[in-house]
Amino acid sequence: MAQRQSFQIGTGLFILLGFAALAYLATQTTSVANYSQGDSYMIKARFTNVGQLKLRAPVKIAGVRVGSVAGVVLEPERLDALVTLSIDKRYDKIPDDSAAAVFTSGLLGDQYVALQPGGSPDVFKNGDEVVLTQSSMQLEELIGKYLVGQGDSKPPAGKGDDAKPAAKP
Amino acid sequence: MSTARTSSRFTDALAQIGACGIFLFRIFAAVPRSLRYFKETIRQIWFVGAMSLTIIMTCGLFIGAVLGLQLYDVLSRFGSAAMSGTVVALALYRELGPVVTALLFAGRAGTSITAEVGLMRATDQIAAMEMMAVDPLAYVVAPRFLAGIVAMPALVCIFNALAILGAHVVCVSWLGLDNGTFWSNMTASVDVWTDVINGVWKSVAFGAVCTLIASFQGYTTAPTSEGVAYATTRTVVFSSIATLALDFVMTAFLM
Amino acid sequence: MGYASRMTAPVAHNAEAASADPLIRIRGLSTVLNGKTIFDKVDLDIPRGGVTAVMGPSGTGKTTLMRHITGQLAPDAGEVWVDGRNVVTLDRAALFALREKIGYLFQNSALLTDYSVFENVAFPLRQHLRLPEVVLRNLVLTKLQAVGLRGAVDLMPHELSGGMMRRVALARAIVRDPMLIIYDEPFVGLDPIALNQIVKLIRTLSETLGITSILVAHELSAVRRVADHIYLLAGGKIAAYGTPEELERGDTPWTEQFFTGAADGPVPFQYPAPDYAVELGLAEARR
Repeated sequence: MAQRQSFQIGTGLFILLGFAALAYLATQTTSVANYSQGDSYMIKARFTNVGQLKLRAPVKIAGVRVGSVAGVVLEPERLDALVTLSIDKRYDKIPDDSAAAVFTSGLLGDQYVALQPGGSPDVFKNGDEVVLTQSSMQLEELIGKYLVGQGDSKPPAGKGDDAKPAAKP
Repeated sequence: MSTARTSSRFTDALAQIGACGIFLFRIFAAVPRSLRYFKETIRQIWFVGAMSLTIIMTCGLFIGAVLGLQLYDVLSRFGSAAMSGTVVALALYRELGPVVTALLFAGRAGTSITAEVGLMRATDQIAAMEMMAVDPLAYVVAPRFLAGIVAMPALVCIFNALAILGAHVVCVSWLGLDNGTFWSNMTASVDVWTDVINGVWKSVAFGAVCTLIASFQGYTTAPTSEGVAYATTRTVVFSSIATLALDFVMTAFLM
Repeated sequence: MGYASRMTAPVAHNAEAASADPLIRIRGLSTVLNGKTIFDKVDLDIPRGGVTAVMGPSGTGKTTLMRHITGQLAPDAGEVWVDGRNVVTLDRAALFALREKIGYLFQNSALLTDYSVFENVAFPLRQHLRLPEVVLRNLVLTKLQAVGLRGAVDLMPHELSGGMMRRVALARAIVRDPMLIIYDEPFVGLDPIALNQIVKLIRTLSETLGITSILVAHELSAVRRVADHIYLLAGGKIAAYGTPEELERGDTPWTEQFFTGAADGPVPFQYPAPDYAVELGLAEARR
């Protein structure tokens, strides 16, 4: 009987270990880990093209993750992409004239939203919209333009050059 | 002459597959009755799952380490060494974890199931149960089948976790990849549902197939020493083939 | 063929005379396994109480007959009545209900390797009855005492000798007080002491508990001491039936060969083969 009991305890431990491993894999090594741990607030940004930007992609300032993409939808009237960014509460001092851009990590990596801090004394609050945005740079678009001699119209590194006011006041 | 032999071997194989399928249905029918012997299922999870932990954990660690090593080297040729962790994780969760674990499982637990059930057949223990009005399918086979279905996903998750650890040790501690880069690239690209959970589904299917083949071979073995030895060999061969074939089919459907 | 069928008629008559209400009544049993005729319209009765031995040359289907009686194997034709029910037509549940009343001692004991002696004997009880642990323990110990192995209660099967394993299996077979117990070759591979212990047990169980026993065996000397009646099977037929004394008189070629152990006779020394001379290529020369 005691022998049977030890089987049951051992089996319980084994199954528990399996679940622990699954929980570890699911929360620590996947995009679930990018869900903000604490409270967050939402800001919006419009882009003419978001490229391959996915849900839960990171939002970074100076390369440090401050939040994640909470939603990507097409706005039916203006036909541009409305991206909702979820920013951790502890980063509540982001100037409201900051610019948002969709970048690619490395040559082939995933895309993320980078915030370029501005100089305004006011800060983003829940529901605010980012005015200055820069769309994703499509590699094929760049190459195409370069080949037909129009490479100067959109310099690859020119941040903010084609930034446009996304919303008219 | 030779075509006749080939065709008879082909029909033999077909008959085997058919018998195995019927056996699966008989197991399904026996599962409700086997709930009476729930303790037996617990015991089998211990033998089939927990007893395979050592080999699974050791192999997981080494496979993760070698993947880290290889991918770091290959990816740094494209300047993407930072993606090493990501590629290791994706390769593991989607393919290597479930498949390698299933192959190891077939060798470790599958053979022991075949030998055990085959020996019970050879020494009339199965017949004795029938004579004691105990359904051997419900008492012997179904608990092992359920145990395989429960144990395999747990083993795969543990295998994957150890493999990630192995890759981390190699890439970060040894080759000097930045710790933050390793994890943040991984978390940015790996999705819970399409990668981790799909792998778990695969492992459930592999667990069912491996234990089905193992217990079928044991249950239908010729009741002699040679018969059991031959059945054990066939368990490994058929389980491996079935796992890889099923992997292809499931990948095609899950993608 | 004609000779064998002549033999069966008086035999069946004999069997019916032995008991008006036999526990087992087999009629017209025919079985073909792998193209080989095992039984050819066999009629057979086993009376209630006492020990009935089934003997015969190897491969005549003695074990197959037991498998028909317990419903493990369905015959190609015929009826197998056990305790008033036709086994052939029973569904699984009814068959299991019947088997609960039958003890079966397998040739190789068939103890469950994973369980101790105690758990092996307790197995049928645990599976079918919800007994308090104390009652179950007493029952198991009683049966183990009956086979003289109460001291081995905590051993594992692999720690037992062949004779002890068979006695444990016997304790397991009688633990639910069956109406019928089938001994399938219980004497094979035993030393004289263990053999005598089993002989004594079979006799004691039959006399004290009134269990009907069927004994499948070859060992004449042992069978002579326990059996009340003997069936001699040969060539898919019942070659002889009677008490040990009657059969020993050997008034048919079958019984004579079997009881004297002659190497050649109705059971040929030569396995059926094509003509020797033809196979050696001498037939042409001879012709």
